[in-house]
Amino acid sequence: MTEPGEPSLGGTDDGRGSGAGSGGGGGYDATFRVWRGDASGGDLQTFTVPVNEGEVVLDVIHRLQATQAGDLAVRWNCKAGKCGSCSAEVNGRPRLMCLTRMSTFAEDETVTVTPLRTFPVIRDLVTDVSYNYEKAAQIPAFTPRPRDPDGNHRMQQVDVDRPQEFRKCIECFLCQDTCHVIRDHEDNKRAFAGPRFLIRLAELEMHPLDVRDRRDAAQDEFGLGYCNITKCCSEVCPEGIHLTDNGIIPLKERVADRRYDPLTWLGSKIGRRRPS
Amino acid sequence: MTATAPRGTGAVTPGRGDGGPAPRRATIAARTLRTDRWWVQPLVTVVVLVLFIAYSSFRAFQNAYYHAEPYISPFYSPCITTRCEGDSFPEFFTGPAWISPALYILVLPLGIRLTCYYYRKAYYRSFWLSPPACAVAEPHRRYTGETRLPLVGQNVHRYFLYAALVFNVILFYEAVRGFRDETGEWGHMGLGTLVLLVNAVLLFLYSISCHSCRHIVGGRLNDFSEHPLRYRAWTWVSRLNARHMQYAWTSLFAVAFADFYVLLLATDTIQDVRFF
Repeated sequence: MTEPGEPSLGGTDDGRGSGAGSGGGGGYDATFRVWRGDASGGDLQTFTVPVNEGEVVLDVIHRLQATQAGDLAVRWNCKAGKCGSCSAEVNGRPRLMCLTRMSTFAEDETVTVTPLRTFPVIRDLVTDVSYNYEKAAQIPAFTPRPRDPDGNHRMQQVDVDRPQEFRKCIECFLCQDTCHVIRDHEDNKRAFAGPRFLIRLAELEMHPLDVRDRRDAAQDEFGLGYCNITKCCSEVCPEGIHLTDNGIIPLKERVADRRYDPLTWLGSKIGRRRPS
Repeated sequence: MTATAPRGTGAVTPGRGDGGPAPRRATIAARTLRTDRWWVQPLVTVVVLVLFIAYSSFRAFQNAYYHAEPYISPFYSPCITTRCEGDSFPEFFTGPAWISPALYILVLPLGIRLTCYYYRKAYYRSFWLSPPACAVAEPHRRYTGETRLPLVGQNVHRYFLYAALVFNVILFYEAVRGFRDETGEWGHMGLGTLVLLVNAVLLFLYSISCHSCRHIVGGRLNDFSEHPLRYRAWTWVSRLNARHMQYAWTSLFAVAFADFYVLLLATDTIQDVRFF
């Protein structure tokens, strides 16, 4: 670990690739503040790390781990924005480290990397995201209608387009991390499933083959009413899923059909609408 | 060697919602580590909405200068009392002289904007700071969202939509009446006609791009393939819905400008520009 401006440790190989270094090939020395610690406490520590042209934050964290902080804990896997493992907060914004280009920062800008602030920290940049798996297990499973006489399920592409958008989710849990309902209010975790699982409910609710009604559960068991649609989940989604506009708001409208709209209720009683 | 970042002072920390971090989360005292100007957007929203509320309230209570033949201000349209200036709309009753005719009708346009999914995002963030910006801690100790009164009432948005569609028809009717001159002769057009037309078009686009409209025209279906016309309508509204925020703001400016233009005409500050 070094002070800013101090030569990096690591012998002659400081982890720079070819062409690295200030003034050559686009490389420079960046100042990184990385949160280090565990559930008992920790703080932001400052490092000076070489950066090469074209690198992402995860590259720099790996270099830091390789050259200066061998015991730095960081979770990662694909390095291609598809596994959702390297979620962290970069300069206070929930991001995938592998998709955050260093070129988006000024060379003299300090880059601050912290673990996800909504979940319990295990160590350094690694958090315990088991809350999400507990919520996932509570979602009523896909319940398809009976198969056609030939044993197949059939559906039209146009009917399944909407649920397919939500299948792009890589479960990075950045939406869960940024959602103020649980980020700022730990006590709401009991009653609120978070945006990732509200769109899972929306996906099943919109599925052309699914016959289960999850509207009451969405409101009562998964806390749909807690969402005040401030759209932070959509802003941070690395897959570009329109969680709020295409998932949560349509789900709120379906719950309004069920709970708050006397005309729709009347329609269901005379057989023109799905029973409510 | 490490350098520890200074701790924030007096900041609200994400977690329990009461100023302290939740158990086992990373101990980061700062309210946010964002380095961008995240406060600009809520500040601009507050300034613009406060200006609009102040201006529209003044004009609604003013009870004067809202009619300049052949135009009527959208704040007073439809004008439904016998005390109205002009004779543009059926006069249903005679209210007390001290009550402005605008006050009988403005609750409905106000209702659609208050319960609108876009404006909810805007004012929850900018006025209620819940949250002020993504990954910036909100200052409230408790949060129940839209799970209880009065905010659970946001679910009546669709009924304000129905009322707004009626208003849209009336505003088009008033804009068409603008194709007259001061004496009531048809076949004329002035700048005021154009202002009222643009206002009516933008308000109509705002109404039909709404999330509730998207749900009603087809979003509630799971089998688009069996409802091709509703699917086409849903697709069309979905395209407009992607621009709902833009329509929300432009229609807000348009309605204020249309009223201001009629005010200038009614006070003889300017003369209407007649095209033909």
